[in-house]
Amino acid sequence: MIHFVLLVSRQGKVRLTKWYSPYSQKERTKVIRELTGLILTRGLKLCNFVEWRGYKVVYKRYASLYFCMCIDQDDNELEVLEIIHHYVETLDRYFGSVCELDLIFNFHKAYYILDELLLAGELQEPSKKIVARLIAGQDSLVEAAKEEANSISNIIAQATK
Amino acid sequence: MSGPSIMETLFQRTLEDLIKGIRLQLIGESAFISKAMEEIRKEIKSTDLQTKSIALQKLSYLNSLYFVDMSWAAFHCIECMSSSRFSLKRIGYVAVSQSFDEQTPVLLLITNQLRKDLGSVNEFEAGLALDCLANIATVDLARDLTPEVFTLLGSSKIPVRKKAIGVILRVFEKYPEAVRVCFKRLVENLDSPDSRILSAVVGVFCELASRDPRSYLPLAPEFYRVLVDSKNNWVLIKILKIFTKLAAIEPRVAKRIVEPVCDHMRRTGAKSLMFECIRTVVSSLSEYEIALKLAVSKIRELLVDEDANIKYLGLHALSIIAPKHLWVVLDNQEIVIKSLIDADANIQSESLRLVMAVISRSNVVDISHVLLSYGHKSDPDFCNEIIGSILSACSHNLYEIVMDFDWYVSLLGEMSRIPHCQKGEEIENQLIDIGMRVRDARLELIRVGRSLLIDPALLGNPYLYRILCAAAWVCGEYVEFSTNPPELVEALLQPRTSMLPPLIRAVYLQSVLKILTFCMYSHLQKQSSISFPSSHNLEGVMAECVSRRKTRESSDILTSAQDDVFNPMISENILCEEDIPVETKGENLFFEKNRFSQESIVNLLNAIESALEPLLGTLEVEILERARNVLGLIDLIKQQIPNHLSPEEESFSREASEVWKLIRSMNDAFCEELGPVSFTAQEKIQLPEGLVLEENLRELDSIYGILQPPLNFLPQREERVEELPDSEWRSRDDLEPSNESTSLLVEHRKRHGLYYLPSGVSNDYPLANDPRSGEHDYDENEDLIRLAAQSLAPKKKPNYSKPRPVVVRLEEGEATSHIVSKKPNSKYDLLSGVVQDVLQETNPMESSQKGKEKVSSDVPPGSKENLQDLVDPMGERSGSGKSKHRSHGKERGHKIPKKNDREKDENCERARQKGSHRLGRKKTRQRAEGQTDLHAHTPGQIPDLLL
Repeated sequence: MIHFVLLVSRQGKVRLTKWYSPYSQKERTKVIRELTGLILTRGLKLCNFVEWRGYKVVYKRYASLYFCMCIDQDDNELEVLEIIHHYVETLDRYFGSVCELDLIFNFHKAYYILDELLLAGELQEPSKKIVARLIAGQDSLVEAAKEEANSISNIIAQATK
Repeated sequence: MSGPSIMETLFQRTLEDLIKGIRLQLIGESAFISKAMEEIRKEIKSTDLQTKSIALQKLSYLNSLYFVDMSWAAFHCIECMSSSRFSLKRIGYVAVSQSFDEQTPVLLLITNQLRKDLGSVNEFEAGLALDCLANIATVDLARDLTPEVFTLLGSSKIPVRKKAIGVILRVFEKYPEAVRVCFKRLVENLDSPDSRILSAVVGVFCELASRDPRSYLPLAPEFYRVLVDSKNNWVLIKILKIFTKLAAIEPRVAKRIVEPVCDHMRRTGAKSLMFECIRTVVSSLSEYEIALKLAVSKIRELLVDEDANIKYLGLHALSIIAPKHLWVVLDNQEIVIKSLIDADANIQSESLRLVMAVISRSNVVDISHVLLSYGHKSDPDFCNEIIGSILSACSHNLYEIVMDFDWYVSLLGEMSRIPHCQKGEEIENQLIDIGMRVRDARLELIRVGRSLLIDPALLGNPYLYRILCAAAWVCGEYVEFSTNPPELVEALLQPRTSMLPPLIRAVYLQSVLKILTFCMYSHLQKQSSISFPSSHNLEGVMAECVSRRKTRESSDILTSAQDDVFNPMISENILCEEDIPVETKGENLFFEKNRFSQESIVNLLNAIESALEPLLGTLEVEILERARNVLGLIDLIKQQIPNHLSPEEESFSREASEVWKLIRSMNDAFCEELGPVSFTAQEKIQLPEGLVLEENLRELDSIYGILQPPLNFLPQREERVEELPDSEWRSRDDLEPSNESTSLLVEHRKRHGLYYLPSGVSNDYPLANDPRSGEHDYDENEDLIRLAAQSLAPKKKPNYSKPRPVVVRLEEGEATSHIVSKKPNSKYDLLSGVVQDVLQETNPMESSQKGKEKVSSDVPPGSKENLQDLVDPMGERSGSGKSKHRSHGKERGHKIPKKNDREKDENCERARQKGSHRLGRKKTRQRAEGQTDLHAHTPGQIPDLLL
């Protein structure tokens, strides 16, 4: 299973974290520190797997962003690379040629998309189209609610004038 | 109240504002975050849910990326989560799944909210609740929400059902009894025509089967159908993983899947699926020639691939097959060796593992030398990895593959001198272990130990201290093999030993004591056995005079005390030598060259004395005590020696007898050979009555707490000293040259110029291990490949000049206790127990046997030994292995009662339900039953379909 997902920029800035196994706050910080040190220093042509504390970390760099997933020893590394790619394509489809800035400002969206893709450390939706549809469905729910909220706050704001 | 709340709503920073603010970095990141946190703390208390939710969203952002603590906001999370508006609810759920854990106090409050949302008609809300449950499920939540999850397993909305399937994994983990409710419906989903459902459910079974494959054997027909029918690579990969596990324990499954697996391997273009097929074949289907041949050819394709990932996986596949079919590795040896010099550290260590897999008695010498010479040139990490793997390969099973211990011991010496060798502790252990176990290697040990001890440059490298410690111990313990004991003493007392940590220095001093005792003993024994001196001639006197003068010239250490020392009868009298009864071990070895003349003994005594006297002022207890011991002994000897050296030889035996007695008893004490200690030795000692070992010693904490500060004081000094890098060592030396040590140093330098740099500043030592400049790296790498390729090829006739020496081996228990069984997890055992129950419900005949099996797993920890005896290599994989693991699980439960309390309780409860009436029976009988039952009922589990 996937134990956690990390998105780290080339400068070592964390862009997204998601933990599927229990890690305390302290451990999380430590894990990120260790892994960024390990992964960011690796050359471009080296292989995309790192052995780490009895696990394997599969990472791939897209532009300036490293996508890392930590898996068990006997999980299929290539499959995870494909999952990472799948996630990136899904993001791409959602944001329209995604870049790091998109993920910085829409941190929570990237998070929701990941939630549709993976559950309890397992891949749960192999279709990009359906993920996009689900996210769109949620967005429309939120939009509707926002409009409603805005109208209410407008009313109140006017009332207090 | 509503006033400020509205103001807050209007002017609240949104998440986007926060992100922009952090990126602007006007006041620095941490300052900005703490300011934002202040705002959030205020806003989150707002009565307006909108304001609260935005604050919470910002908080979870900061928590996720900047690791700000958010456990204090648990209650606010719940408030947002129970909002009826989806946008707020979603923020709440994200915050909850991010920050809640088992310890969160308000966890109990969310059960109802979760239940409500799980039952919601809105598929997104149900999805949120399922996502959340997957993250934070606890035992209570899993138990209380099992009915809802069960309902959703049959939901008509595919996304919801899919998520419910995913969540099941967590629910089972936390609350195994849920299996009774949900398992059937989960299995039904395997038949689902929807590929997404199938993918989710296969994922769950893959995870479950990886923990305990045996329980899922009955489902093999369903899995088989998926294997044949599915077109989705990701699903196939998971199914193959399941079958890898199943085929390993059930040969009939293996036979059945060979054909489809080969089909997939031939047809697929996807590397991931291809690799999974290969992995399945090499791990579980290697007996089937067709499959193996196909897999091997595919592995070769992987190995020659340009892509580093593929190559790495190819090597990985090789290392899986290596134990079973070594020829596959040998066929590809060229690639393996070349990978040793790959730029990628992963590929390097994978190929190192492979090289270590082919190591055997016939090629260990060549491989080790090639690897070490390569290690010299590679980077420190990999060099240490090489050293570590050579050490562990050679020491495996009591140095099984080592034929020539002289070679191995000198190899250890060579390793110690490699730059940045950090395996000091392991080398230390092996030096001592070989000393104790292999009698024939002791001579070489002494030789290697001597060369390590005598080199002053090595004392500057803190990594070597442990090795030097072992060398010192070996030299003291087996001094009788030494050709020149006084030289050892000199090496042990050389001035730069002051750089050693106190505890290691103490070992040095102890060795000095042993050597001294030995020298004195040999000396006195020789004297007492000499029949007599009347015939003693002028020649002897002359020789003595000459030698004495010579010593005087060469050595300033001699004090006036020995001026009257004169012993005419010690001379090269061959007769004497032959008269000496050989009592101590190996004594005759050195007598030819070294005869412990009176002169040399006195020199020795004086040298020791002058080196140890400065130590009497030391603060380190260990050193002080040992130095005093040695000096005390020397005092005693000195009082006696001048007397018995007087020309009247009659008085000799009488007067010297006291020293003689003393030395003899000390020598007797040191002569006692130290042997290896069995790992089970402790268990053999009967527990004295009234001694309570299991009692909690926590009361001692308070006492220990008081004692701690002074205890810490000394070691701290030591650590600090050890951490100093080489350069500082030198500068320290330069800064504080204490008077006596400089004079000693000059002295030592004068006599052992060989080991010091010929010119330059007197205090400037060479670094212990100067990394060599690798000039002709490339050419040497070529050499490496050629050489290694030769040595890897299995030699047909290794010719050994001598037979393998005896290695002292204790009883079987020693070797087997090394084997660390996999960490068992009682939780999973519990889970698989229930799964087996559920699967067997259709077959009432077997449920009674089930009970017996359960009992077998509850054998009390005390009988572990017996269990291990039963475990043969074959059984490891089948029934007995499993029952062993279970009993381990129980043990663990006992050890950490607090953490596993609940599990244990459940476990006990189950055991009671299942077979308490059988507990009274004899253990052995239970075990036997457990085993036979397992073998008896597993065939029944496989439906005929597969056969």
